Amino acid sequence: MTDASIHTQSQQQEASFGDYFALLKPRVMSLVVFTAMVGLLAAPGGLHPIEAFCAILFIAIGGGASGALNMWYDSDIDQVMSRTKSRPIPSGKVTREEAFAIGMALSVMSVVMLGLATNLVAAALLAFTIFFYVVIYTMWLKRWTPQNIVIGGAAGAFPPMIGWAAVTGGISVESVLMFTLIFMWTPPHFWALCLFMKSDYRDAGVPMLHVTHGRASTRKHILVYTLLLAAIAIGIGFTSVGGLIYLTVALVLNALFVLGAVSIWRRSDADCEADNHKREKSFFALSLLYLFLHFGAILAEAALAPYGLGGW
Amino acid sequence: MGFRVEHELHKRRFGRNVGVALVLVAFVVLLLGLTVVKVTRGDFAPQAVGQSAS
Repeated sequence: MTDASIHTQSQQQEASFGDYFALLKPRVMSLVVFTAMVGLLAAPGGLHPIEAFCAILFIAIGGGASGALNMWYDSDIDQVMSRTKSRPIPSGKVTREEAFAIGMALSVMSVVMLGLATNLVAAALLAFTIFFYVVIYTMWLKRWTPQNIVIGGAAGAFPPMIGWAAVTGGISVESVLMFTLIFMWTPPHFWALCLFMKSDYRDAGVPMLHVTHGRASTRKHILVYTLLLAAIAIGIGFTSVGGLIYLTVALVLNALFVLGAVSIWRRSDADCEADNHKREKSFFALSLLYLFLHFGAILAEAALAPYGLGGW
Repeated sequence: MGFRVEHELHKRRFGRNVGVALVLVAFVVLLLGLTVVKVTRGDFAPQAVGQSAS
């Protein structure tokens, strides 16, 4: 290989700033930012705006760092699956070593900085979230059990709890319920996607529920989790972060969500093929709106509380 | 080749270097702001001898 060939190859695969940023999974980070912000603003008490900004930023960076470590460990899977083939490591733009270094450096930095900006409880929760996502989910459960998405969903559920802890320095019923809302929402959301997406998990050797137990079992699981989710979502309405606005939103959305889950449960594979997974797709779209509006309603209650309009 | 001639590598990595520089500057500004808030509020003020004894 000549110098010229090295240059040509490196020119083709040179990583841009955006490629390194893509390691942090920006789309997942947007959910982390929103839910952490709601947890932080709904908590009793308050932070200085700069402290609040720092808290949300470092929670987001911590989430992004765990995404980079996930891409480092799962690069073999990402190479096989069409959905993830274009990620920075399988596309050859960033090396695994670089992703590991960035993930580790940002993990440590985000935890230390969150601790300095707010308190040790919030920092410890962020550290545990990163550990849970990278070690428990990515390294252990993802390749081992079809319940991977259920347990792995916990990692995505921590941000509102960390936001709450950043203000209060502790954990409460409200923050645990916000955690549980995302935790119970993740399985039906993700399994609905699995039902209509062309899946290459089998080729990648990842034991997803619809691969190991079939589509009928997945539909049943969606219904069970949706019913449990509805109970939790409505229950939040009776806590200090709930109120009339939240309860109204929760009742309407959960009625729609349960109806959607029941209709999916009643369908067969032939029905799905006949209408090109129309109901699964609309259920998935509703799930996105579901989470956004629930947390939006909690935010609205918190924003209106100073004017005597939000909360109970 | 003159010493001042820019290497092709520098041109290629210009965007990335600017991005990293901006992130570092933003981080320094954020730390400064956070420090000002903490110090102004007295988070790091040493306790008086009488207070610590009581």
